[in-house]
Amino acid sequence: MSLLVTKNLVKYFGDTHAVDHVDFTVKEREVLALIGSNGAGKTTLVNLISGLFPPDSGQILFRGQDVTHESVHGRISAGIARSFQLVNLFDQLSALDNVALTIFSREGKTRKLASLASADHAVWDEALEILRLFGLEGKAQMLAGGVSQGERKLLDVAIAYALRPKLLFLDEPTSGVSTREKTPIMDTVTSVVRSRGISAAIIEHDMDVVFNYSDRIVAMHQGAILADGTPDEIRRNEAVTTTLIGTTGPR
Amino acid sequence: MSTPAVTASANAREAGSVRTVLRWAVPVAVLLLVVPWIVPPYTAILLTYGLVMAIGALGFNLLLGYTGLLSFGHSAYFGVGAYVVALMVKYLGVGSMELFLFGAIIGSVIVTAVFGWVCVRYTRIFFSILTLALSQVLWSLAFKFFWVTGGTDGLRVPTPSLLVGLVTGQGDKTDFMSHAYYHYVLVVFFAAVALMWVIVNSPFGKALQAIRDNETRAEFVGVQIWRYRFVAFLVSGVFTGLAGALWVPLNGLTTPDIIHWSFSGEIVFMTVLGGFRSFAGPIVGAVVFNYLKTYAVGYTVYWQLLLGAVLVALVLSLPTGIVGTAGRLAARWKKVS
Ligand SMILES: Nc1ncnc2c1ncn2[C@@H]1O[C@H](COP(=O)(O)OP(=O)(O)OP(=O)(O)O)[C@@H](O)[C@H]1O
Ligand SMILES: [Mg+2]
Repeated sequence: MSLLVTKNLVKYFGDTHAVDHVDFTVKEREVLALIGSNGAGKTTLVNLISGLFPPDSGQILFRGQDVTHESVHGRISAGIARSFQLVNLFDQLSALDNVALTIFSREGKTRKLASLASADHAVWDEALEILRLFGLEGKAQMLAGGVSQGERKLLDVAIAYALRPKLLFLDEPTSGVSTREKTPIMDTVTSVVRSRGISAAIIEHDMDVVFNYSDRIVAMHQGAILADGTPDEIRRNEAVTTTLIGTTGPR
Repeated sequence: MSTPAVTASANAREAGSVRTVLRWAVPVAVLLLVVPWIVPPYTAILLTYGLVMAIGALGFNLLLGYTGLLSFGHSAYFGVGAYVVALMVKYLGVGSMELFLFGAIIGSVIVTAVFGWVCVRYTRIFFSILTLALSQVLWSLAFKFFWVTGGTDGLRVPTPSLLVGLVTGQGDKTDFMSHAYYHYVLVVFFAAVALMWVIVNSPFGKALQAIRDNETRAEFVGVQIWRYRFVAFLVSGVFTGLAGALWVPLNGLTTPDIIHWSFSGEIVFMTVLGGFRSFAGPIVGAVVFNYLKTYAVGYTVYWQLLLGAVLVALVLSLPTGIVGTAGRLAARWKKVS
């Protein structure tokens, strides 16, 4: 059963065919890796699906519902969450506040203006729990603008995770993170994704990470899907090895 | 999921914040309550003006400090509050302060709802220009419809009765303003401060700060930014409208000057002077600005020039405002000792 299906999705930026008639699917309960060289259109595809901007044409179906013209808010309620390649945080709020605000929003509690946020213990406990999951509990009280680049990246992922999505898009979650830290991050992300029974689509350049953690790999090239298969199939796919793995390789 | 350690720290955090605030607020409140008996009436009346402006600036800063929107049209809501009161006197013969406040709230809800609906679609300079333009429309209306508003002569407002007629201002006006009215304003001020403190510390307040910091991400955690901006705009305008209603009996007269954009500029200035990054900044800034302005006016006819120069110097030397700078000094002092 497909969780997400795009049909003939198109997005051009002038002469750049960023997403060019893409039929992309994410199945239920899978960890999918989206690969492709710089400028292949991976981020643009996620931007279209998450609602940052509308496609030129084509359709997006999530759990059978057409969400092509749904608002960002509507897509989040439906269960689509994303992290950002270029980190997007609430810099003047603490790391803990960043996650707590997300939980308040998820629970529809941000409408409350006559009660103190600090009194809602369940939210703060969960926020701290999520920070701990990503190894950020030591930074809970620091301003998000003041932690290291790698930690900011993790916090960005933690925020998307805190929305309890059914489909989690992670745009290069381990870029800017040291090689030593990549493994625990990917272990954490994939284990929570699997234990929750949700799906994740992870954009990743590090081929070791891609082959170690994904159930399925989709390779993009110049806005189109070049290959789609299991890690073994992709490893043997000549088109992919010549255009992609040969040129990019593990960073 | 919630280990005892986590809960304990959450409890400590909450108790900590409320307790720290009370440690500050209680002595200040007590001091403010006894002010009329320890300072000359003139000083108490000046402070009344300061407290009134503090309510207005507090409202203004919900937009600037917490939502990241610089309104250059808050004179409009202040003016609505003041003119609603004056028109209630003129056309309805009302003299009760409670009715004045009620009327001013209704009036400013209506005007801020309309203005807010237009303005919250924009941010940054576009938002500022639009709020300014709309306030100037209101200013010119107050000018042009002189048979209703009194034009440049303005409208007089007599001393109101307080607490549904229990306290009337029959006797000496100075005495009334420096005692009964001072305490009346003080109580409204306390209520406004407490309410605003809860709002900025509520989940809603967190959402506003999220919008301020990163609009895109706020949207991508599910915050519908226009709606939140609109509600913030409404609350902000109503606080400032309330200030206008409290101001007009004190001044005894309202003229179109208070709707002019230069008065919006004063609201911006007092907030920045006190420090828009802190909750108490606009309060301190409003009181200090009011004293500075009064002495500058008494000192020289070039008071605007003098005041401008003093304010530029202050803002340049204290970029985080009076409250921000004081906080940093206190922290340094604590570290040394
Ligand atoms: N907002 C935009 N305006 C104009 N062009 C854009 C925009 N976003 C992306 N592009 C262009 O579309 C193409 C695809 O970009 P995209 O960011 O989707 O690639 P990517 O696969 O995510 O690459 P990377 O691995 O470098 O992140 C690129 O040529 C890029 O320059
Ligand atoms: Mg990208």
